[in-house]
Amino acid sequence: MSIDAAQVGQIAHLARLAVDEQESEAHARNLSDILAFVDRLAEVDSKDVEPMAHPLEMTQRLRPDQVSEPNERERFQALAPSVSDGCYLVPRVIE
Amino acid sequence: MHDRTIAELSAALQKGDCSSVELVSATLKAIEDAEALNAFITVLPEQALEAAAKADQLRAKGQAGPLTGIPIAHKDIFCTHDVRTSCASRMLDNFAPPYDAFVVEQLQAAGTICVGKTNMDEFAMGSSNETSWYGPVRNPWDQTRVPGGSSGGSAAAVAARLVPAATGTDTGGSIRQPAALTGICGLKPTYGRISRYGMIAFASSLDQAGPMATTAEDLAMMLQAMAGFDSRDSTCVDQPVPNYQQALKPGALKGLRVGLPKEYFNAEGVAPGVQAAMEAAITTMREAGAELVEISLPNTELAVPVYYVIAPAEASSNLSRFDGVRYGYRCENPVDLEDLYKRSRGEGFGEEVKRRIMIGTYALSAGYFDAYYLKAQQVRRMIRDDFTRAFADVDVIAGPTAPSTAFSVGEKSDDPVQMYLSDIFTIAVNLAGLPALSIPAGLDNGLPVGLQLIGQYFDEGRLLAAAHDFQQHSDWHTRRPAMDR
Repeated sequence: MSIDAAQVGQIAHLARLAVDEQESEAHARNLSDILAFVDRLAEVDSKDVEPMAHPLEMTQRLRPDQVSEPNERERFQALAPSVSDGCYLVPRVIE
Repeated sequence: MHDRTIAELSAALQKGDCSSVELVSATLKAIEDAEALNAFITVLPEQALEAAAKADQLRAKGQAGPLTGIPIAHKDIFCTHDVRTSCASRMLDNFAPPYDAFVVEQLQAAGTICVGKTNMDEFAMGSSNETSWYGPVRNPWDQTRVPGGSSGGSAAAVAARLVPAATGTDTGGSIRQPAALTGICGLKPTYGRISRYGMIAFASSLDQAGPMATTAEDLAMMLQAMAGFDSRDSTCVDQPVPNYQQALKPGALKGLRVGLPKEYFNAEGVAPGVQAAMEAAITTMREAGAELVEISLPNTELAVPVYYVIAPAEASSNLSRFDGVRYGYRCENPVDLEDLYKRSRGEGFGEEVKRRIMIGTYALSAGYFDAYYLKAQQVRRMIRDDFTRAFADVDVIAGPTAPSTAFSVGEKSDDPVQMYLSDIFTIAVNLAGLPALSIPAGLDNGLPVGLQLIGQYFDEGRLLAAAHDFQQHSDWHTRRPAMDR
């Protein structure tokens, strides 16, 4: 599978990454190399093999539905680039 | 003081030969003198000296444990309360977490003193420490060469004897490969042995924290403090923690069945010097009473392709949290929300991280999911099953940790696939979730070679015992780089 600069643009959009034109060419080359390398998996006969998601085949633990964390809004918002009145500020979304 | 192990330092502290304040002061001086290695992103002199004074007080009161007052360093992937935790990324250059990682809590509770945060590949994505926003780390054995990665700063700091031990994380070899390339010991425990809470996520089904030190005995002391159950990591396994130091029985290699995968020996791309060191290491094990068994792991060469689907897929999801809104880097003057997301991420992430996010995004996108992600998960099971079959006949599996010794800075940085292949012998272990360690087993043209031992699930004790016994029959772990101080 080969990737061109236009496809890099589409993938970058899906991943919400700004990638300029010059970078796109280099990414197209590198991504194509990596996919060519990965494509050898297509030749492997894995019919009837169940996909493995967890190395120890464990399922996620559940905990009781109880409040376990205190509200620490101010401490956490101190890390944010821009906040106001307890809200995170971003550029206007609705005109 | 510098070339002592944790076990030796612990005894010296207990006897009163030195104080923790003296030890930490010497450590800080050594770090300053070795600045050229670029092993540290953040050094914490005041905090460390204050903690050392407290450790000395505890000792005076008779409340010291084996690790009380011992200086260590944390890879900058572990969250440290109010101390910058950058993951070697511009994205988190300004991030001081509001909490400590589990591993940081555990080692602090055991009395260790954190002297600083070590350099690494950005978001642990790399095998050479060249992708760090803070610049590459240098290998103390030859400063024109890389220390390996991604835990390259921790490896270089231990190899240069700046600290007796450091923490690392291993997603595809990031503890073992740099340990091999810098001539130290590094252990990746079983998946789930140590909580990942507060360890910045790269690929959640593969990531595992572990210790790096100069001897197997020190690895055991560190693991003892780091291992344990923690409900805050939903994948952490609730298994009792055995006494790893008691597991270090003399003569552990005697009668041990050691599997030698034919795919790991005489494999294409293994340097002749590495091959020679492996043959010598096997002889050492045989002479110590080990029983050698040839085995096969037929899907070995599929491990790297599987990894480069699964790890980027998980990374693309994990790293979507960095959006320039709640913490981390935000671009200047975004015109709208999409611009804020795209430029904050485009400017905040380096090239390798963007590359992996894009590979992962592509592999998970509509139309490609089955061909890449599901296929990789199926082959992942086949790789795991290879190990299961092999462990029916053997106790541990041995082979080279890396196909070559440390390569030059810049040598592979333009060719991602070549860089990825330097993890060919370590990656399968993460896919299977098994524990494995790397210990020094020779020198090739003056550069260290690592021997990897792979164990069964939760069999860290046996691995450490085998490594410890190997170190009773060899002295490679005592070799250190000749650094000007």
